[in-house]
Order: sequence, then structure tokens, then C-alpha cells
Amino acid sequence: MNKKTSGGFGDKIKNLTDTNLLLSITIIVFFLMYIGAIIFQGQGFRNPQAFLNLLNANAALIILSCGLSLVMITGGIDISVGGVTALVSMCCAVYLDFKGGNVFVSVLIALAIGLLFGAFQGFLVAYLDIQPFIITLAGMFFARGMTTIVNTKPFNVANEAFKALKNTRVVVPGLGTTNRRGIYVDAYVEIGVIVAILVVIVMFCMLRWTKLGRNFYAVGGNRQSALMLGINVKRTRFLSHLFCGLLAGIGGFVYFLHVGSGSASHATGAEMDAIASSIIGGTMLTGGVGNIAGTFFGVLSLGTIQNIVSTAGLDQAWWTGITRALMLCLFLVIQSVVMARKKKAKA
Amino acid sequence: MTIEANKKDNPLMKLVRNQMFIPLLALFILALFNLIADPGFFAITLKENSAGNPVLSGYLITILDYGSELAILAIGMTLVTAASGGQDISVGAAVAISGSVLLRVLCGSNTRPETLQAPIIVAFLISCVVAALFGAFNGVLVAYFKIQPMIATLILYTAGRSIAAWINNNELPVVSDETLTYFGGYIPGVPIPTPFFIAVICLVIITLVLKFTNLRLYTQSVGINQSSSRLNGLNPEMIKVITFVILGLCVAVVGLIKVSRVSTINYSVIAKDIEMDAILAVALGGNALSGGKFNMASSILGAYVIQFLTQTLYKFKVQSDALPAYKAIVVIVLVVISAPTVKDWFSSVTKKFKTKEVA
Repeated sequence: MNKKTSGGFGDKIKNLTDTNLLLSITIIVFFLMYIGAIIFQGQGFRNPQAFLNLLNANAALIILSCGLSLVMITGGIDISVGGVTALVSMCCAVYLDFKGGNVFVSVLIALAIGLLFGAFQGFLVAYLDIQPFIITLAGMFFARGMTTIVNTKPFNVANEAFKALKNTRVVVPGLGTTNRRGIYVDAYVEIGVIVAILVVIVMFCMLRWTKLGRNFYAVGGNRQSALMLGINVKRTRFLSHLFCGLLAGIGGFVYFLHVGSGSASHATGAEMDAIASSIIGGTMLTGGVGNIAGTFFGVLSLGTIQNIVSTAGLDQAWWTGITRALMLCLFLVIQSVVMARKKKAKA
Repeated sequence: MTIEANKKDNPLMKLVRNQMFIPLLALFILALFNLIADPGFFAITLKENSAGNPVLSGYLITILDYGSELAILAIGMTLVTAASGGQDISVGAAVAISGSVLLRVLCGSNTRPETLQAPIIVAFLISCVVAALFGAFNGVLVAYFKIQPMIATLILYTAGRSIAAWINNNELPVVSDETLTYFGGYIPGVPIPTPFFIAVICLVIITLVLKFTNLRLYTQSVGINQSSSRLNGLNPEMIKVITFVILGLCVAVVGLIKVSRVSTINYSVIAKDIEMDAILAVALGGNALSGGKFNMASSILGAYVIQFLTQTLYKFKVQSDALPAYKAIVVIVLVVISAPTVKDWFSSVTKKFKTKEVA
């Protein structure tokens, strides 16, 4: 009996699709890490608000990572998202403050910038068949440079309507806690989190249940077979970059909403965080494998690691960079090893 | 019109087909542009620098000076590109690391030592070893774990400057020794900036290596077809790692020059955005960014042309932070021109044109 179940379990692992295998690794790692943090570092992690703050701080990253996962599933890459985020926040900040514009239009500006980057990069990658890396690297530098051209000095936005939106808190019922003085404090999330969760849900459904969503997987898995199946490969790749650009625009605005300022050094390394989150979430760099739910947990894992590091007293700026890079490195190697083993097992 | 109508063996056509043509053309256009805008760009004067030595100064000398750093990096980048079909985007961060190591060894635990704690050559060799190790780290990730080069080097790209700060406990050691400034400045009595000589030395070394070893043949064959080069008895993984190590050594040399220029280090600014310039130099040199054949001389010419462009932009009062935007446009134009689809389209257009002319 015992033997049988263990054998069944082994079979199950073998039969698990790549997506599910990597996804389960991520979710297990995240929960282990969070539980470990609660046990060993207590205080900061036990409070439900601590978890919500994790979401508050990483809402923009969740959105950016969704876009990146999509591109990576299709077999491409986009490293311009951090630059686009900086450009979006700077443009919106300048528009709101110097031009006295309204918030609704600034959202449109953010979306337009994202779409423009997505469309241009998508066109070059899909229709002219240029390496996505080079194009989006140029895109990243272009966006960063443009941010400085738009405005050199970082500044805080003083627009009233924007500030009101920025300070809007959405109360999460049932998670409030009583603080030391015995006053009940509501747990809250920022508007960005709502947007991020919506994006995750929409992307998840799109990738899982729509024809377009399955096309992304097909193109990423094997471009040649996808072409023979009658999928419009070029259009699919173009759309993946377009969506990624759009999400970079949305993510940029959410980021802007969170920090409330424009600066050329905003979101430095966000592309790397987004790629890391996607990879931690089980999206394969080679394409065709990935899951938005995994990406969501990937972002949370990355955020948790950062919290653990700073709670442990390693607060100096450089530790964050090093731990994140180590984590990316670890997961890249795991991915590479897992895939090599699977290949061997199949052969 | 006449060029297109001519036969292939026409000397003019031959020139156009030469790989050096694109960087030379770019150089020519830039030079012409500067000549029209302000001929003063080309002026070279003999001035006394702060140390009291007569040195040459002028925009062209600055190009020679700073372009040499880029040329040294372009050597390594060309090899990496040829062998792995991807680029190393961590060179800027790696320069920060090697510079930090150099200062750490020179200064010991004291951040402002009166005398150097170790000879410069020892410090340089140690920084070479460290940079080569980081290069090997990238190389192993690329070659043995089969991660795309740009993703693999993204790790060091993010962590590099943090590591550099960590090596010196985030302090900024300052070296007061005069000898160190020679490497990035001027040797007394020589009016030409030293980085140029360093670049020439590196060039001579790499030329000799390419001439007398199989490095060129092996990197190219690995870049063109990895599995067939394995079938021919090569070890593609090892060759990729070697190219990354060579790039690491180039990085250490640039680190020495960069640190020598200011006698200290600024972790977040040193060699900022240099990876873009290095990749651009390789691309402008007409080398395929997807790997395979390469032309070293062309890359190096490309590096100086990039510096020419940078200097021109500086002259027109473009802020240094805004430079990447302009360079990004150049990159995009370059890759679009060299994209196979565009080339096909272009040749079909010229063909149509030719048939019309014949008719």
C-alpha cells in the first residue's frame, strides 16, 4: 500500500507538466519562507497588515512581471519595463504639476507611453525579426534618457486630485488588528493593489482559457510547429510585446501612484526584478512554459526575501541587490537543472 | 544609381561590402557634421596640465583618451558576442568591482593612506584575477547552464555595484600616490594620454593571440554552429568560458584606467552605461550580434566612432544622463539596417530598380 502510493506520487511528478512542476516549487518555497519568517523573526510578519504592505509595495512590480511573463512565455524578453516606468512617472508628474492637468488624462498618458513602446518594440521584434534583447535594451536606455530630457530634477507632485487618489485606502474587512493602545485598526490596501489583482486575474484567464492565450504558449513552445498549425506567429509575438508595453504603462502609473514623485532614478533595476519574479514563478526563459499565478507568488517571494534581509539587520543598500541577484541566480540554475533532468528522463 | 548598376567586382562596390565600411562611413559623416557646425572641434593645442607637464588637449585627444577604454572593452565584447551569440551587459558593474578591489588592495583597511599598502602591479593583478573570476562565473552560467548570455549577466548587472560597495564597506578610499594617476592621465614628458598606449598594448596582445593561436577559428566555429564544432572535437563550453574570462581581463584594465582617472571611486557612477557603448561598438563594427564571424579591427574602430559621437553630443550641450536616448536611436537604426528582413526587402527593391534600368 505504502509502496503503491509512493510509486503513484513518483508517476505524478513525472506526469506533471513543466508549468505545474515549476509553479508548485514556487508556491512551496514562498510558503516555507513566509512561515519561516513568522517563526524566526515574528513581530513584523505575523500582522496581516504586514502581508498587505507587501502587496502595497509590490503592486507595480506584480503588473510589470505579468507583462514580462507573457513576453517570456512567447519566447521573447523585454528589459525596457523599468525605463518605461520611470518615463511614465516623470511624464505624468510633469503633466500634473506644471501643466495642472487632471488625473484621468494622466492615466491616458501613461497608457499611451506604454502602448507606444510596446507597439514599436513589438513591430521590430516580430516583423523585422530582430533579437528582442537588443531592441528592448535600446528601449530601456531610450526611456531612461528621455526621462532626463523631460525633466532633470526629481520632484514630488503637489496636484490635489492626484494626492487624494494616492492617499485613498481600501479597507480589507476582517483583517484589522487591535494595536497596543487597544484601538482597532483597519487593514488596508492601496488602489494599486486592486489594479494589480485585476490584472493578474485577467491575464490568468486570458492565458488559460482564450484562443489567443493558448497561441502565446504555442508560439513560445515551438515557433515552427505553431506556424504549421496555422497560428499567425508574427502577430502573436507582436501582441505579446504590445500587451507587455501596455502593462508597463499601467504598472508605471501604479508605481507613480505609490511613490507620488517623478525621478529619472525611479524603478532602477525593475526590469531585473520583474524578470527574476517571472523566473522564480516558473516561467521558462526558453518560452512555452509559465503561469501568471506563479509570477504573482514570485513577486511576493522576492518581496519577502527583501523584508527578511532588512529585518535581519542587513539593512545596507547593497545587501538588497546582492540577495536578489543570488535568488535569481539560484532559480535560474534550478530551472536549468530541472529541465536538463526532464530532457534526460524523456530520452 | 551608378553604383547599383555596376558589377560586383567594381572597386567601389568592394569597398561598400567591406566590413570596415559602416564605421568609416559613420566616422566620415560625424566628422563632416562637426566640420560644418564648428571647425574648432578639430583643434589640438599644447597646454600645461595641473602637474605642469605640457600635454595635448582638444576634442580629438579626448576621443582618443576615452575611446581607448571602450576599445579595450570592445575586444572582449567582440569575442563574447562571436562565441555565445549574446552580449555581456554586466561590464559596467564588473568595472566597478575590479576598481573597488584595486583600491581595496592599494589602501588596505585605511581609506586615506599616506603610502600605498601594496605595489600597483600587485593590486592590478589581484583585480585581474577577481574580474576574470566574475567573467568565469558569467561564462559558466552561459556555457554549462545554458542560460541566455544577457539574462545570465543580468545577475551581475544588478549585484555588481552592490558588491563593489560591499568590498570597501561602502567607503570611498582616496589614493594620494602620484604614480596611480599615470594610467588614466599622462606620464610626465609624454603629451599623449596613457590610456591610448594601454589600448595599443591590449590590441597588440590580442592580435598576436588571434594570429598565433586557434582562438579566432574556435570562437567563430562555436558561434556559427555549436553542435558541429563539438562533433569536430572542440569543447564549446570551455571556449565560451574562455571568451568571458578574456572579457573579464579587459574589464580589469578598464577598471585600472577608470580608478586612475579620479584616484578614487564612485560605485554608482563609475563606468555607467558603458555596456551600451561596448555593445554599440561591436554592432557598429558590422559584427553580427547573433554570433559567428567577427572582425576585431572593425569593432575597435567602432569604439572610437562611438566616442566621437558621444563627444559630439557633449559639444552640443547634451546632458550626460540624456546621452543613452540618442545612442539608443543609433542602436535601433543599426540593427534595423542589418536585419535580414530589411536587407531582403532592400535588395528586392534594388533588383526592381535594376530591371527597370535595363528595360
